[in-house]
Amino acid sequence: MNFNKDFKILSSGITYLDNCATTLKPSVVIDEINDYYTNYCANAHRGDYDLSRKVDEKISETREKVAYFINAKDSKEIIFTSGATESLNIIIKGFFGNYLKDGDEILTTKAEHASLILPWFEVAKTTNSKIKYIDLNPDLTVTLDNVKKAISKKTKVISLAHITNVIGDVRPIKEIIKYAHENNILVVIDAAQSVPHEKIDVTFLDVDFLAFSAHKMLGPTGVGVLYGKTKYLNDLKPLITGGGMNAFFDSLMNVEYKDIPEKLEPGTPNVSGIIGFSKAIDYLNALGMENVHKYEVDLKKYMISRLSKLKNVVIYNKDIPNGIITFNVNGVFAQDVAAYLNKKGICVRVGSHCAKILSEVLGVKNTCRASLYFYNTKEDVDKLVDALDNDNILYDSL
Amino acid sequence: MDVNLRKSIILEHYQNPLNKGLTNDDSYIKINMNSKTCIDNLDFEFKINHGIIEDIKFDGEACAISTSSSSIMSDLLKGKSIKQAKQIIKNYENMINELPYDKDLLGEANCYDEIYKQPNRKKCALLPYEGIKDVIDKLEGVKNDKK
Repeated sequence: MNFNKDFKILSSGITYLDNCATTLKPSVVIDEINDYYTNYCANAHRGDYDLSRKVDEKISETREKVAYFINAKDSKEIIFTSGATESLNIIIKGFFGNYLKDGDEILTTKAEHASLILPWFEVAKTTNSKIKYIDLNPDLTVTLDNVKKAISKKTKVISLAHITNVIGDVRPIKEIIKYAHENNILVVIDAAQSVPHEKIDVTFLDVDFLAFSAHKMLGPTGVGVLYGKTKYLNDLKPLITGGGMNAFFDSLMNVEYKDIPEKLEPGTPNVSGIIGFSKAIDYLNALGMENVHKYEVDLKKYMISRLSKLKNVVIYNKDIPNGIITFNVNGVFAQDVAAYLNKKGICVRVGSHCAKILSEVLGVKNTCRASLYFYNTKEDVDKLVDALDNDNILYDSL
Repeated sequence: MDVNLRKSIILEHYQNPLNKGLTNDDSYIKINMNSKTCIDNLDFEFKINHGIIEDIKFDGEACAISTSSSSIMSDLLKGKSIKQAKQIIKNYENMINELPYDKDLLGEANCYDEIYKQPNRKKCALLPYEGIKDVIDKLEGVKNDKK
Protein backbone atom coordinates (compact mmCIF):
# COMPACT_ATOMS: atom_id res chain seq x y z
CA MET A 1 0.00 0.00 0.00
CA ASN A 2 1.16 3.50 -0.72
CA PHE A 3 0.45 6.01 2.02
CA ASN A 4 1.95 9.09 0.36
CA LYS A 5 -1.50 10.50 -0.35
CA ASP A 6 -2.50 10.41 3.31
CA PHE A 7 0.87 11.47 4.75
CA LYS A 8 2.12 14.38 2.69
CA ILE A 9 5.53 14.50 4.43
CA LEU A 10 6.30 11.12 2.88
CA SER A 11 6.46 12.74 -0.56
CA SER A 12 9.05 15.27 0.57
CA GLY A 13 11.94 12.85 0.23
CA ILE A 14 12.37 12.44 3.99
CA THR A 15 12.86 8.92 5.36
CA TYR A 16 11.13 9.09 8.72
CA LEU A 17 12.33 6.36 11.08
CA ASP A 18 11.59 7.90 14.46
CA ASN A 19 8.10 6.56 15.02
CA CYS A 20 8.75 5.64 18.64
CA ALA A 21 9.13 9.36 19.32
CA THR A 22 6.07 10.41 17.40
CA THR A 23 4.31 9.24 14.26
CA LEU A 24 3.30 11.26 11.25
CA LYS A 25 -0.31 12.45 11.06
CA PRO A 26 -2.63 11.55 8.20
CA SER A 27 -4.58 14.34 6.49
CA VAL A 28 -7.87 13.07 7.95
CA VAL A 29 -6.59 13.92 11.43
CA ILE A 30 -5.32 17.34 10.38
CA ASP A 31 -8.56 18.08 8.47
CA GLU A 32 -10.67 17.10 11.46
CA ILE A 33 -8.77 19.52 13.72
CA ASN A 34 -9.05 22.21 11.08
CA ASP A 35 -12.79 21.56 10.80
CA TYR A 36 -13.27 22.04 14.54
CA TYR A 37 -11.39 25.34 14.62
CA THR A 38 -13.03 26.54 11.40
CA ASN A 39 -16.63 25.42 11.84
CA TYR A 40 -17.64 24.70 15.44
CA CYS A 41 -14.99 26.14 17.73
CA ALA A 42 -16.64 26.19 21.15
CA ASN A 43 -15.76 25.02 24.63
CA ALA A 44 -16.86 21.72 26.10
CA HIS A 45 -19.29 21.35 29.02
CA ARG A 46 -21.46 24.25 27.80
CA GLY A 47 -24.41 22.41 26.33
CA ASP A 48 -26.49 25.61 26.23
CA TYR A 49 -26.03 26.02 22.51
CA ASP A 50 -25.62 23.73 19.51
CA LEU A 51 -21.92 24.34 18.83
CA SER A 52 -20.93 23.38 22.34
CA ARG A 53 -23.23 20.38 22.37
CA LYS A 54 -21.47 19.18 19.24
CA VAL A 55 -18.09 19.50 20.99
CA ASP A 56 -19.39 17.44 23.93
CA GLU A 57 -20.71 14.83 21.57
CA LYS A 58 -17.43 14.61 19.67
CA ILE A 59 -15.44 14.19 22.89
CA SER A 60 -17.87 11.61 24.14
CA GLU A 61 -17.72 9.75 20.81
CA THR A 62 -13.91 9.69 20.98
CA ARG A 63 -14.07 8.33 24.51
CA GLU A 64 -16.32 5.52 23.30
CA LYS A 65 -13.99 4.82 20.39
CA VAL A 66 -10.93 4.63 22.64
CA ALA A 67 -12.79 2.34 25.05
CA TYR A 68 -13.73 0.07 22.16
CA PHE A 69 -10.20 0.25 20.70
CA ILE A 70 -8.62 -1.15 23.88
CA ASN A 71 -11.74 -3.08 24.92
CA ALA A 72 -12.41 -1.24 28.18
CA LYS A 73 -15.64 -2.31 29.86
CA ASP A 74 -16.91 1.23 30.24
CA SER A 75 -15.97 4.49 28.50
CA LYS A 76 -15.82 6.30 31.86
CA GLU A 77 -12.64 4.30 32.47
CA ILE A 78 -11.00 6.35 29.72
CA ILE A 79 -9.53 9.61 31.02
CA PHE A 80 -8.09 12.12 28.55
CA THR A 81 -4.78 13.63 29.61
CA SER A 82 -1.98 15.51 27.87
CA GLY A 83 -0.03 12.33 27.16
CA ALA A 84 1.29 9.11 28.64
CA THR A 85 3.59 11.11 30.92
CA GLU A 86 0.70 12.92 32.54
CA SER A 87 -1.35 9.71 32.69
CA LEU A 88 1.42 7.93 34.57
CA ASN A 89 1.92 10.86 36.94
CA ILE A 90 -1.79 10.96 37.76
CA ILE A 91 -1.92 7.20 38.38
CA ILE A 92 1.28 6.99 40.37
CA LYS A 93 0.95 10.16 42.44
CA GLY A 94 -2.85 10.42 42.63
CA PHE A 95 -3.57 6.78 43.40
CA PHE A 96 -0.40 5.14 44.70
CA GLY A 97 0.69 8.27 46.56
CA ASN A 98 -2.24 7.53 48.88
CA TYR A 99 -2.24 3.74 48.59
CA LEU A 100 1.34 2.87 49.50
CA LYS A 101 2.50 2.67 53.09
CA ASP A 102 5.84 2.83 54.84
CA GLY A 103 7.99 -0.13 53.78
CA ASP A 104 5.81 -1.23 50.84
CA GLU A 105 7.66 -2.26 47.71
CA ILE A 106 7.26 -1.08 44.11
CA LEU A 107 8.61 -3.44 41.44
CA THR A 108 9.89 -2.08 38.17
CA THR A 109 12.92 -2.54 35.86
CA LYS A 110 16.00 -0.60 34.85
CA ALA A 111 14.79 -0.38 31.25
CA GLU A 112 11.87 1.98 31.94
CA HIS A 113 11.25 5.40 30.45
CA ALA A 114 11.73 8.48 32.65
CA SER A 115 7.99 9.16 32.56
CA LEU A 116 7.32 5.97 34.49
CA ILE A 117 10.36 5.79 36.73
CA LEU A 118 10.55 9.42 37.91
CA PRO A 119 6.98 9.59 39.32
CA TRP A 120 7.72 6.35 41.17
CA PHE A 121 10.90 7.90 42.62
CA GLU A 122 8.78 10.78 43.91
CA VAL A 123 6.11 8.54 45.41
CA ALA A 124 8.72 6.24 46.96
CA LYS A 125 10.08 9.29 48.78
CA THR A 126 6.72 10.67 49.91
CA THR A 127 5.30 7.30 51.06
CA ASN A 128 8.59 5.90 52.36
CA SER A 129 8.12 2.87 50.13
CA LYS A 130 10.95 1.15 48.28
CA ILE A 131 11.71 0.65 44.59
CA LYS A 132 13.03 -2.77 43.67
CA TYR A 133 14.24 -3.73 40.21
CA ILE A 134 13.22 -6.95 38.49
CA ASP A 135 16.33 -8.65 37.05
CA LEU A 136 16.66 -8.34 33.29
CA ASN A 137 17.89 -11.34 31.31
CA PRO A 138 21.16 -11.00 29.36
CA ASP A 139 19.10 -10.05 26.30
CA LEU A 140 17.39 -7.43 28.51
CA THR A 141 14.00 -9.15 28.46
CA VAL A 142 11.76 -9.68 31.49
CA THR A 143 10.35 -13.10 32.34
CA LEU A 144 7.64 -14.10 34.76
CA ASP A 145 10.25 -16.09 36.69
CA ASN A 146 12.30 -12.94 37.26
CA VAL A 147 9.19 -11.14 38.41
CA LYS A 148 8.35 -13.98 40.83
CA LYS A 149 11.86 -13.84 42.26
CA ALA A 150 11.60 -10.11 42.87
CA ILE A 151 8.21 -10.25 44.60
CA SER A 152 8.11 -10.20 48.39
CA LYS A 153 5.28 -9.98 50.89
CA LYS A 154 5.73 -6.22 50.83
CA THR A 155 5.25 -5.86 47.07
CA LYS A 156 2.14 -3.77 46.42
CA VAL A 157 2.54 -2.77 42.80
CA ILE A 158 4.37 -3.83 39.64
CA SER A 159 4.92 -1.11 37.05
CA LEU A 160 6.61 -1.50 33.71
CA ALA A 161 6.30 -0.84 30.02
CA HIS A 162 4.46 -3.38 27.91
CA ILE A 163 7.01 -2.74 25.16
CA THR A 164 10.16 -0.80 26.00
CA ASN A 165 11.19 2.18 23.93
CA VAL A 166 14.87 1.32 23.60
CA ILE A 167 15.05 -2.41 22.97
CA GLY A 168 11.41 -2.87 22.10
CA ASP A 169 11.07 -6.14 23.99
CA VAL A 170 7.54 -7.30 24.68
CA ARG A 171 6.94 -8.16 28.32
CA PRO A 172 4.67 -11.08 29.23
CA ILE A 173 2.24 -8.73 30.94
CA LYS A 174 -0.78 -11.07 30.80
CA GLU A 175 1.11 -13.63 32.90
CA ILE A 176 2.65 -10.97 35.14
CA ILE A 177 -0.77 -9.41 35.83
CA LYS A 178 -2.35 -12.79 36.59
CA TYR A 179 0.40 -13.72 39.02
CA ALA A 180 0.37 -10.24 40.58
CA HIS A 181 -3.37 -10.38 41.21
CA GLU A 182 -3.06 -13.81 42.84
CA ASN A 183 -0.74 -12.08 45.27
CA ASN A 184 -2.85 -8.94 45.78
CA ILE A 185 -0.47 -6.79 43.79
CA LEU A 186 -1.71 -4.08 41.42
CA VAL A 187 -0.18 -3.52 37.98
CA VAL A 188 0.47 -0.24 36.13
CA ILE A 189 1.42 -0.58 32.47
CA ASP A 190 3.09 2.02 30.27
CA ALA A 191 1.62 1.11 26.88
CA ALA A 192 2.96 4.10 24.92
CA GLN A 193 4.92 1.77 22.60
CA SER A 194 2.37 -1.04 22.39
CA VAL A 195 -1.11 0.44 21.83
CA PRO A 196 0.05 2.13 18.57
CA HIS A 197 1.52 -1.09 17.21
CA GLU A 198 -0.63 -4.04 18.23
CA LYS A 199 -4.08 -4.95 19.51
CA ILE A 200 -4.35 -4.31 23.25
CA ASP A 201 -7.29 -5.64 25.22
CA VAL A 202 -7.36 -4.26 28.75
CA THR A 203 -10.20 -6.56 29.78
CA PHE A 204 -8.39 -9.67 28.60
CA LEU A 205 -5.16 -8.45 30.24
CA ASP A 206 -7.11 -7.54 33.42
CA VAL A 207 -4.68 -4.64 33.86
CA ASP A 208 -5.41 -2.18 36.69
CA PHE A 209 -3.98 0.96 35.09
CA LEU A 210 -2.59 1.64 31.62
CA ALA A 211 -1.24 4.76 29.88
CA PHE A 212 -0.57 5.78 26.28
CA SER A 213 -0.23 8.82 24.02
CA ALA A 214 -2.24 9.82 20.94
CA HIS A 215 0.69 11.34 19.06
CA LYS A 216 2.50 8.00 18.86
CA MET A 217 -0.49 6.55 16.98
CA LEU A 218 -1.24 9.11 14.27
CA GLY A 219 -3.01 11.50 16.64
CA PRO A 220 -2.12 15.04 17.63
CA THR A 221 0.41 15.95 20.31
CA GLY A 222 -0.97 16.94 23.70
CA VAL A 223 -3.49 14.12 24.05
CA GLY A 224 -3.05 11.00 26.12
CA VAL A 225 -5.13 8.30 27.70
CA LEU A 226 -5.26 7.05 31.24
CA TYR A 227 -7.13 3.78 31.53
CA GLY A 228 -8.02 2.51 34.99
CA LYS A 229 -10.52 0.09 36.47
CA THR A 230 -13.55 2.00 37.77
CA LYS A 231 -13.01 0.99 41.39
CA TYR A 232 -9.48 2.40 41.40
CA LEU A 233 -10.31 5.55 39.43
CA ASN A 234 -13.02 6.28 41.99
CA ASP A 235 -10.34 6.27 44.69
CA LEU A 236 -7.85 8.27 42.67
CA LYS A 237 -7.32 11.70 44.17
CA PRO A 238 -7.19 14.43 41.48
CA LEU A 239 -3.77 16.06 41.25
CA ILE A 240 -5.25 19.13 39.62
CA THR A 241 -8.55 20.70 40.63
CA GLY A 242 -10.58 23.40 38.97
CA GLY A 243 -13.36 23.94 36.50
CA GLY A 244 -15.21 21.12 34.82
CA MET A 245 -14.33 18.56 37.49
CA ASN A 246 -16.30 19.87 40.48
CA ALA A 247 -19.99 19.31 41.17
CA PHE A 248 -20.31 21.79 44.01
CA PHE A 249 -18.31 24.09 46.31
CA ASP A 250 -19.10 26.85 48.77
CA SER A 251 -17.29 29.50 50.81
CA LEU A 252 -16.88 27.10 53.73
CA MET A 253 -14.68 24.92 51.52
CA ASN A 254 -17.27 22.22 51.15
CA VAL A 255 -16.37 20.66 47.84
CA GLU A 256 -17.82 17.83 45.88
CA TYR A 257 -16.14 16.47 42.78
CA LYS A 258 -17.91 15.01 39.78
CA ASP A 259 -17.65 11.30 39.06
CA ILE A 260 -15.11 9.84 36.66
CA PRO A 261 -14.14 10.63 33.99
CA GLU A 262 -14.83 14.36 34.61
CA LYS A 263 -13.27 14.23 38.09
CA LEU A 264 -9.88 13.61 36.49
CA GLU A 265 -10.20 16.05 33.58
CA PRO A 266 -10.00 19.55 35.09
CA GLY A 267 -10.06 22.67 32.96
CA THR A 268 -10.85 22.99 29.29
CA PRO A 269 -9.92 19.74 27.60
CA ASN A 270 -7.67 19.60 24.54
CA VAL A 271 -10.79 19.68 22.37
CA SER A 272 -9.14 19.84 18.95
CA GLY A 273 -6.64 17.17 19.94
CA ILE A 274 -9.25 14.76 21.25
CA ILE A 275 -11.43 15.25 18.17
CA GLY A 276 -8.40 14.72 15.90
CA PHE A 277 -7.46 11.60 17.87
CA SER A 278 -10.83 10.11 16.98
CA LYS A 279 -9.84 10.10 13.29
CA ALA A 280 -6.48 8.52 14.11
CA ILE A 281 -8.31 5.61 15.74
CA ASP A 282 -10.62 5.30 12.73
CA TYR A 283 -7.56 5.15 10.50
CA LEU A 284 -5.90 2.41 12.55
CA ASN A 285 -9.15 0.45 12.78
CA ALA A 286 -9.48 0.55 9.02
CA LEU A 287 -5.97 -0.87 8.66
CA GLY A 288 -6.48 -3.43 11.43
CA MET A 289 -4.01 -3.57 14.31
CA GLU A 290 -3.08 -7.18 13.52
CA ASN A 291 -2.04 -6.05 10.03
CA VAL A 292 -0.08 -3.09 11.41
CA HIS A 293 1.81 -5.37 13.76
CA LYS A 294 2.51 -8.05 11.17
CA TYR A 295 3.71 -5.50 8.64
CA GLU A 296 6.17 -3.95 11.12
CA VAL A 297 7.52 -7.32 12.23
CA ASP A 298 8.08 -8.37 8.61
CA LEU A 299 9.73 -5.07 7.71
CA LYS A 300 12.07 -5.35 10.70
CA LYS A 301 12.99 -8.88 9.61
CA TYR A 302 13.86 -7.48 6.21
CA MET A 303 15.94 -4.73 7.80
CA ILE A 304 17.79 -7.19 10.05
CA SER A 305 18.47 -9.51 7.11
CA ARG A 306 20.25 -6.66 5.36
CA LEU A 307 21.70 -4.75 8.31
CA SER A 308 23.25 -7.80 9.98
CA LYS A 309 25.45 -8.27 6.89
CA LEU A 310 27.21 -4.96 7.60
CA LYS A 311 30.44 -5.51 9.54
CA ASN A 312 30.51 -1.96 10.96
CA VAL A 313 27.07 -2.15 12.62
CA VAL A 314 26.19 -3.67 16.01
CA ILE A 315 22.49 -4.46 16.51
CA TYR A 316 21.18 -4.79 20.07
CA ASN A 317 17.72 -6.26 19.46
CA LYS A 318 17.81 -8.46 16.35
CA ASP A 319 15.33 -11.08 17.45
CA ILE A 320 12.66 -8.98 19.13
CA PRO A 321 9.54 -9.09 16.94
CA ASN A 322 8.44 -5.48 16.40
CA GLY A 323 9.50 -2.38 14.51
CA ILE A 324 12.35 -1.11 16.72
CA ILE A 325 15.99 -1.53 15.67
CA THR A 326 18.61 -0.29 18.12
CA PHE A 327 22.18 -0.14 16.83
CA ASN A 328 25.55 1.54 16.82
CA VAL A 329 28.21 1.97 14.18
CA ASN A 330 31.61 0.76 15.37
CA GLY A 331 33.93 3.62 16.18
CA VAL A 332 31.40 6.37 15.47
CA PHE A 333 29.61 8.26 18.24
CA ALA A 334 25.83 7.78 17.89
CA GLN A 335 25.22 11.48 17.40
CA ASP A 336 27.66 11.62 14.50
CA VAL A 337 25.81 8.68 12.92
CA ALA A 338 22.55 10.61 13.21
CA ALA A 339 24.14 13.76 11.79
CA TYR A 340 25.41 11.70 8.85
CA LEU A 341 22.00 10.09 8.26
CA ASN A 342 20.35 13.49 8.58
CA LYS A 343 22.47 14.71 5.67
CA LYS A 344 20.82 11.96 3.65
CA GLY A 345 17.32 12.88 4.81
CA ILE A 346 17.02 9.92 7.18
CA CYS A 347 15.54 10.65 10.61
CA VAL A 348 16.66 8.40 13.47
CA ARG A 349 16.88 9.08 17.16
CA VAL A 350 20.07 8.88 19.21
CA GLY A 351 20.78 8.96 22.89
CA SER A 352 19.62 7.06 25.90
CA HIS A 353 16.00 7.40 24.70
CA CYS A 354 14.87 8.66 28.11
CA ALA A 355 15.76 5.31 29.72
CA LYS A 356 18.88 6.59 31.40
CA ILE A 357 19.40 3.75 33.86
CA LEU A 358 19.30 1.11 31.12
CA SER A 359 22.93 1.95 30.29
CA GLU A 360 23.85 0.31 33.62
CA VAL A 361 22.65 -2.96 32.09
CA LEU A 362 23.15 -2.44 28.35
CA GLY A 363 26.79 -1.43 28.82
CA VAL A 364 26.55 1.37 26.28
CA LYS A 365 25.14 4.76 27.09
CA ASN A 366 24.04 5.97 23.69
CA THR A 367 22.55 4.16 20.75
CA CYS A 368 20.85 4.92 17.45
CA ARG A 369 17.26 3.83 17.13
CA ALA A 370 15.31 3.35 13.92
CA SER A 371 11.62 2.74 14.62
CA LEU A 372 9.17 1.72 11.93
CA TYR A 373 5.48 2.23 11.31
CA PHE A 374 3.11 0.82 8.73
CA TYR A 375 3.83 3.60 6.21
CA ASN A 376 7.55 2.78 6.10
CA THR A 377 8.64 0.70 3.13
CA LYS A 378 11.42 -1.62 2.04
CA GLU A 379 12.78 1.37 0.12
CA ASP A 380 13.11 3.27 3.43
CA VAL A 381 14.99 0.33 4.90
CA ASP A 382 17.21 0.09 1.83
CA LYS A 383 17.99 3.77 2.10
CA LEU A 384 19.09 3.39 5.73
CA VAL A 385 21.10 0.22 5.16
CA ASP A 386 22.77 1.57 2.02
CA ALA A 387 23.73 4.72 3.93
CA LEU A 388 25.21 2.69 6.78
CA ASP A 389 27.14 0.50 4.34
CA ASN A 390 29.97 3.01 4.34
CA ASP A 391 33.37 2.87 6.04
CA ASN A 392 33.67 6.66 6.13
CA ILE A 393 30.57 7.59 8.10
CA LEU A 394 32.49 9.79 10.53
CA TYR A 395 34.25 11.68 7.73
CA ASP A 396 31.04 12.03 5.77
CA SER A 397 29.14 13.27 8.84
CA LEU A 398 31.30 16.39 8.94
CA MET B 1 38.28 26.93 3.92
CA ASP B 2 38.76 23.94 1.63
CA VAL B 3 36.32 21.15 2.48
CA ASN B 4 38.97 18.46 2.81
CA LEU B 5 41.19 20.62 4.99
CA ARG B 6 38.18 21.49 7.15
CA LYS B 7 37.29 17.85 7.63
CA SER B 8 40.85 16.78 8.30
CA ILE B 9 41.29 19.42 11.03
CA ILE B 10 38.06 18.31 12.72
CA LEU B 11 38.97 14.63 12.47
CA GLU B 12 42.50 15.20 13.77
CA HIS B 13 41.23 17.08 16.83
CA TYR B 14 38.48 14.48 17.37
CA GLN B 15 40.76 11.48 17.13
CA ASN B 16 43.76 13.05 18.89
CA PRO B 17 42.28 15.80 21.02
CA LEU B 18 44.56 18.29 22.73
CA ASN B 19 44.20 18.91 26.46
CA LYS B 20 41.85 15.97 26.96
CA GLY B 21 41.84 14.45 30.44
CA LEU B 22 41.02 16.19 33.70
CA THR B 23 43.59 17.15 36.34
CA ASN B 24 41.14 17.14 39.27
CA ASP B 25 43.38 19.87 40.65
CA ASP B 26 41.59 22.28 43.01
CA SER B 27 43.29 25.28 41.45
CA TYR B 28 41.15 24.75 38.32
CA ILE B 29 37.61 26.09 37.90
CA LYS B 30 35.33 23.21 36.91
CA ILE B 31 32.20 23.24 34.80
CA ASN B 32 30.03 20.52 33.26
CA MET B 33 28.48 21.21 29.90
CA ASN B 34 25.62 18.79 29.40
CA SER B 35 23.81 19.73 26.24
CA LYS B 36 20.06 20.10 26.72
CA THR B 37 19.25 19.16 23.16
CA CYS B 38 21.69 16.37 22.37
CA ILE B 39 23.85 13.82 24.11
CA ASP B 40 27.10 15.77 24.41
CA ASN B 41 28.34 15.71 27.97
CA LEU B 42 31.70 17.35 28.64
CA ASP B 43 33.54 18.45 31.76
CA PHE B 44 35.90 21.40 31.55
CA GLU B 45 38.64 22.69 33.83
CA PHE B 46 40.07 26.18 33.52
CA LYS B 47 43.10 27.54 35.33
CA ILE B 48 42.86 31.31 35.33
CA ASN B 49 45.28 33.52 37.24
CA HIS B 50 45.67 37.29 37.14
CA GLY B 51 43.36 37.54 34.16
CA ILE B 52 45.33 34.98 32.10
CA ILE B 53 43.94 31.61 31.00
CA GLU B 54 46.88 29.44 31.95
CA ASP B 55 45.39 26.04 31.19
CA ILE B 56 42.28 24.35 29.82
CA LYS B 57 41.38 20.65 30.17
CA PHE B 58 38.31 18.75 29.14
CA ASP B 59 36.90 15.22 29.11
CA GLY B 60 33.65 13.37 28.55
CA GLU B 61 31.46 11.82 25.91
CA ALA B 62 30.57 13.90 22.91
CA CYS B 63 30.31 13.96 19.15
CA ALA B 64 33.08 14.75 16.68
CA ILE B 65 32.09 18.41 16.45
CA SER B 66 31.96 19.17 20.21
CA THR B 67 35.08 17.18 20.94
CA SER B 68 37.15 18.75 18.16
CA SER B 69 35.76 22.17 18.99
CA SER B 70 36.80 21.72 22.65
CA SER B 71 40.27 20.62 21.60
CA ILE B 72 40.73 23.57 19.22
CA MET B 73 39.33 26.04 21.76
CA SER B 74 41.66 24.78 24.49
CA ASP B 75 44.63 25.35 22.18
CA LEU B 76 43.37 28.70 20.95
CA LEU B 77 42.61 30.25 24.33
CA LYS B 78 45.49 28.89 26.38
CA GLY B 79 47.84 31.71 27.34
CA LYS B 80 45.38 34.41 26.32
CA SER B 81 44.09 37.13 28.62
CA ILE B 82 40.40 37.12 29.45
CA LYS B 83 40.04 40.24 27.34
CA GLN B 84 41.62 38.54 24.31
CA ALA B 85 39.59 35.39 24.95
CA LYS B 86 36.34 37.36 24.96
CA GLN B 87 37.23 38.88 21.63
CA ILE B 88 38.01 35.48 20.14
CA ILE B 89 34.79 33.98 21.54
CA LYS B 90 32.72 36.84 20.12
CA ASN B 91 34.27 36.41 16.67
CA TYR B 92 33.84 32.65 16.84
CA GLU B 93 30.15 33.02 17.73
CA ASN B 94 29.71 35.48 14.89
CA MET B 95 31.25 32.98 12.47
CA ILE B 96 28.90 30.21 13.65
CA ASN B 97 25.91 32.55 13.41
CA GLU B 98 26.85 33.87 9.93
CA LEU B 99 27.71 37.37 11.14
CA PRO B 100 30.83 39.38 10.21
CA TYR B 101 33.97 38.14 12.00
CA ASP B 102 37.74 38.39 11.90
CA LYS B 103 39.05 35.04 10.73
CA ASP B 104 42.62 35.96 11.61
CA LEU B 105 41.70 35.61 15.28
CA LEU B 106 40.34 32.09 15.02
CA GLY B 107 43.18 29.88 13.75
CA GLU B 108 42.07 26.29 13.26
CA ALA B 109 38.62 27.16 14.63
CA ASN B 110 37.97 28.53 11.13
CA CYS B 111 37.21 24.90 10.21
CA TYR B 112 33.65 25.45 11.48
CA ASP B 113 33.02 28.29 9.05
CA GLU B 114 30.34 26.30 7.26
CA ILE B 115 28.78 24.52 10.23
CA TYR B 116 25.70 26.71 9.74
CA LYS B 117 24.85 24.38 6.88
CA GLN B 118 24.11 21.74 9.53
CA PRO B 119 22.05 23.89 11.92
CA ASN B 120 21.57 21.12 14.49
CA ARG B 121 25.37 20.91 14.89
CA LYS B 122 25.88 24.62 15.65
CA LYS B 123 25.21 23.96 19.31
CA CYS B 124 27.91 21.26 19.30
CA ALA B 125 30.47 23.69 17.91
CA LEU B 126 29.44 26.31 20.49
CA LEU B 127 29.28 24.03 23.55
CA PRO B 128 32.86 24.54 24.86
CA TYR B 129 32.64 28.31 24.27
CA GLU B 130 29.41 28.43 26.29
CA GLY B 131 31.38 26.74 29.07
CA ILE B 132 34.21 29.25 29.22
CA LYS B 133 31.79 32.15 28.85
CA ASP B 134 29.94 30.93 31.93
CA VAL B 135 33.19 30.74 33.85
CA ILE B 136 34.31 34.20 32.74
CA ASP B 137 30.89 35.66 33.57
CA LYS B 138 31.05 34.16 37.04
CA LEU B 139 34.59 35.42 37.55
CA GLU B 140 33.51 38.87 36.52
CA GLY B 141 30.50 38.67 38.79
CA VAL B 142 28.01 38.94 35.99
CA LYS B 143 24.82 37.11 36.76
CA ASN B 144 24.19 34.74 33.93
CA ASP B 145 20.61 33.61 33.67
CA LYS B 146 21.11 31.78 30.42
CA LYS B 147 22.10 28.42 31.82
